[in-house]
Amino acid sequence: MNASEKAGSIRFENVIKNYGQVTAVKDLSLDLEPGKLITLLGPSGCGKTTTLRLIAGLEMASAGSIFVGGKDVTNLTATYRNVSMVFQSYALFPHMSVFENVSYGLKVSAVPSAETRERAQDALAMVGLAGFGERLPSELSGGQQQRVAVARAIVLEPEVLLLDEPLSNLDAKLRRSVREDIRAIQQKLGITVVYVTHDQEEAMAVSDQIIVMRNAGIEQIGSPRDLYLQPVSAFIADFIGDANVVDCDISDVKDGIAEIQFGSASYRIAIEGEIPTQSRLVIRPETIRLSSYSESCRISGEVGYAAYLGNQVQYTIHTELTDLFVIDNRMDGYFPIGSRVSLDLDDSRLCLVEV
Amino acid sequence: MRRTTGLWLIVGFFGYCLLPWYMVGDGFLSFSWLSEFGAGDTAPAAFLATAQGRPWLAPAGLSLLATIPIVLANGASTRRAWALIAIAGTGLVMTMLQGFMIQHFPDFPFIAPFLSGAAQMQPGFGAGAAVTLIALLFMITTGVAYLGKGRADAFVVGLIGLIVALVGVFVFFPLSQVLVRAFELPDGSYALTEFVPRFFSSDIWSLKCLVGSGSCGPAVNSVLLATMTGTGTTLLGLAFALVFTRTFFPAKRLLRVLTVIPIITPPFVIGLALILLFGRSGAVTELVADLFGAEKTRWIYGFWGIYLAQMLSFTPIAFLVLIGVVEGVSPSMEEASQTLNADRWQTFRDVSLPLMRPGLANSFLLGFIESLADFGNPLVLGGNYNVLSTEIYFAIVGAVADPAKAAILAIALLSLTLGAFAIQRRWVGGKSYTTVTGKADSGQHADLSPAVKAACYGTALPWAVFTAIVYGMIIFGSFVKLWGYDNSFTLDHYIRAFSVDFTNGIRWTGVAWDSYFTTLSISTIAAPLTALVGLSTAYLLVRQNFAGKNAFEFGTMLSFAIPGTVIGVSYIMAFNVPPIELTGTGIILIIVFVFRNMPVGVRGGIAAMSQIDRSLDEASITLGANSFTTVRRVIAPLLGPAMLAALTYSFVRAITSVSAVIFLVSAQHNMATSFIVGRVENGEFGLAIAYSTVLIITMLSAILLLQLAIGRRRLRRRDRLQSPAPVRSRLPSLLPAGRTK
Repeated sequence: MNASEKAGSIRFENVIKNYGQVTAVKDLSLDLEPGKLITLLGPSGCGKTTTLRLIAGLEMASAGSIFVGGKDVTNLTATYRNVSMVFQSYALFPHMSVFENVSYGLKVSAVPSAETRERAQDALAMVGLAGFGERLPSELSGGQQQRVAVARAIVLEPEVLLLDEPLSNLDAKLRRSVREDIRAIQQKLGITVVYVTHDQEEAMAVSDQIIVMRNAGIEQIGSPRDLYLQPVSAFIADFIGDANVVDCDISDVKDGIAEIQFGSASYRIAIEGEIPTQSRLVIRPETIRLSSYSESCRISGEVGYAAYLGNQVQYTIHTELTDLFVIDNRMDGYFPIGSRVSLDLDDSRLCLVEV
Repeated sequence: MRRTTGLWLIVGFFGYCLLPWYMVGDGFLSFSWLSEFGAGDTAPAAFLATAQGRPWLAPAGLSLLATIPIVLANGASTRRAWALIAIAGTGLVMTMLQGFMIQHFPDFPFIAPFLSGAAQMQPGFGAGAAVTLIALLFMITTGVAYLGKGRADAFVVGLIGLIVALVGVFVFFPLSQVLVRAFELPDGSYALTEFVPRFFSSDIWSLKCLVGSGSCGPAVNSVLLATMTGTGTTLLGLAFALVFTRTFFPAKRLLRVLTVIPIITPPFVIGLALILLFGRSGAVTELVADLFGAEKTRWIYGFWGIYLAQMLSFTPIAFLVLIGVVEGVSPSMEEASQTLNADRWQTFRDVSLPLMRPGLANSFLLGFIESLADFGNPLVLGGNYNVLSTEIYFAIVGAVADPAKAAILAIALLSLTLGAFAIQRRWVGGKSYTTVTGKADSGQHADLSPAVKAACYGTALPWAVFTAIVYGMIIFGSFVKLWGYDNSFTLDHYIRAFSVDFTNGIRWTGVAWDSYFTTLSISTIAAPLTALVGLSTAYLLVRQNFAGKNAFEFGTMLSFAIPGTVIGVSYIMAFNVPPIELTGTGIILIIVFVFRNMPVGVRGGIAAMSQIDRSLDEASITLGANSFTTVRRVIAPLLGPAMLAALTYSFVRAITSVSAVIFLVSAQHNMATSFIVGRVENGEFGLAIAYSTVLIITMLSAILLLQLAIGRRRLRRRDRLQSPAPVRSRLPSLLPAGRTK
């Protein structure tokens, strides 16, 4: 299939969605490239599902404009948008067979029946369910039902495919393989996929680009790597991976290097552009190196809690400034509760975020 | 935009240019208007407005013309949508206005200049007007949809518009006419000041019977009766419900039958049976007179007779409601109480009963409303005990017809039922202690204490036996020559009513055939329409969000609380004159059934649709199906049982209904129930009872047929699916598929 032709871009211009007094999406503007897998990530109630439904046309914007594939669809109902969706509950029609489910969209679009049959069979084959056409959805396992839902959505060759928490009803083992399948199908068809999840690991694993949402607005857009290494806020730092977000003093800024004071120690952090005077320091727990206490160390502390997890040890260290969460995955030593340790921070892996 | 609006534009022109605008004297379907097409009052509006000089019919046509450029324009824009709404809206409003103004205010400055030289009366709207107005309505709703309202879905907005218009025309407009009439003075003028003293006059609200000097007003009588009936049915219903759910009573299935019977019983049949038992020549009366020499009295005609009949009629409804309530009490609560050392009586008194309180209140209010609205039993048994529903009837059909009095009585009755309805919804409806949660509650209900059990058995079982006797009397009585005087067996009543002459082809010679066929055909037409309107409304309420949804829900449920007599009165007041002139037709009977029974379809539909995951429709819509296709292919197939219930119920209600139709029947379109009431008034009990028996049998067979018809369709589907995999069940659950695992 010719990938780039079919894929559609998505553009939001100052979109607002209100439900009565409640604002579900406030003043959202974004521009998404075609052919990418984009994740909407955020805690529940942040507006990510509403955003997805606005793209689908299942909700209508209270204000602003929405474009899919360059076309203004703001007042276009879902029926006439070239967008398909896979629902969290799969929403397979229980009174239709798997084949009837998959061919439904073609049938209501008046595609000739021979072509319908062929395309539905292809779609089922693509998700690995060839030969399951005559079954009822109730006769399939959860993972199979999920794949039927995907087949039903991609058979229409939409410009944009929407996935609403597609893995949330699957068990943990299955999730990893299904998300790889989804990524593979997206790569093969070259379509734009918008994927909603609240699981940051899932988002990191599949996405070209992640949109982190919070309080009905966008907190940050970026690749998984950007979000982890360059979080713009304490919220992002904490939401994407684990992080210690601590107070610090900025003593000097020049030539793109900020010098900061954390306790009695000082660190030099590379920054881009201006930084606000009120900043906090992000310390990823796995970048802290623990060693036995020595007088010369810059920061020291006492082990308050230690949890041995096999591939890593998680510590909570009481320092004179604050408690720090530390992940030690080198596994070359073990510090029992109550022991005194030295902490080494790597300047190059620290970053500053707005308060 | 082009497709939808273009279609309605064509429909609009069809109605405006080709169909007769006014009602056709001998009926639209006679097609007599075709032979003299374009002449006289049977001409389409296009001819009337131009050739016949009736310019007030022009706006509809002009607005249709004016929308052509918008319809033909490519693409939809907000500006075009607004223009469409404005133009079609103007046409619609102007057309409605001229209809009412020419009838009521021919001298009004707005319309008078156009009327010069023309007759100042015109016939009611006919097929052409209806089609044109509906087309204009749908042009408006399509325009609204293109503004992005209602999820920009033309079907949904159109459906909302249609139902609002229908409810407005056929529920609110008639009610407003009753209100207007209530302010009318005998000389035809209107006065606000007169209303209050007349409304609160002692004719209606007199309390004399309470102080022992004369009789009370009908309003007081109605309230007294309703209170007694509400209390009585609730207590008896509770006894039945406890026997049904908390004991090992062996014949529970028989009890269950009790709950179905009243649905298929015409409302006055119980009254008739009571007369056969307790009337002056009734079986029990004779027996008591023979044994004890007691004097034969007419006690059954009056308060106690009506009360007994209503208890028999409405106890099953309370039973049905209270089964749910009693089962809703969480067993764990009772077990908790028992582990705290309460005995079974204390548990019942202090835990179970208080938990049921809202349910009991609900049951009381239902009985209260049913009793107020009841027309058949008071009509048959009323005697000198006047209640509102029958007084309204006599004010219309009595020797001195007094529409204004009927209107005032109707308002009194309506305010009582609406008050009870409001209390039920606001105060009881929202409050519920029932503790059914998603969690499985594995506890066991506590046994009844011996005293409670004895009380339940002691009341419920004799009552059940009594009910059985009453129904037995109906069948038995239909075979007796002249009850009380000549008790010999006869088939005469059936022969008189339903004889057929085969000598020269088939001739339906029985006196009942006419009304029987009318009843069947009107009910058959009304039932699917009722189900359609009810389920569509439920679809909008459950599945769509739109501004004014609460008002919409209230409006559609309102007709549930309007007593049939009030509806009947309001219909003859509203639809007796142009522009909507329907009295005397069969259409008005169909319409009254549709809007009276619609709330039940709505409720059933809401319950059923809430069980179907909303994402199923959303999936269908994102797959490119429009809302109509979604309803047809996804929702409707999953609604099978609810549709069956709505169909059955509306069919049966149409057959048994008497209160509203008795005002609306005509010589041409007589219904079975009003025919039977006529026989009762003539004292022909045998015929009335025989006819009632036939009606009951008809309804039973119809229910069975419907069950078979819709049941079989599902079986066929299963036959086709011979899959080797174990089929857990065809529709394992209508919940999200993922959760069935």
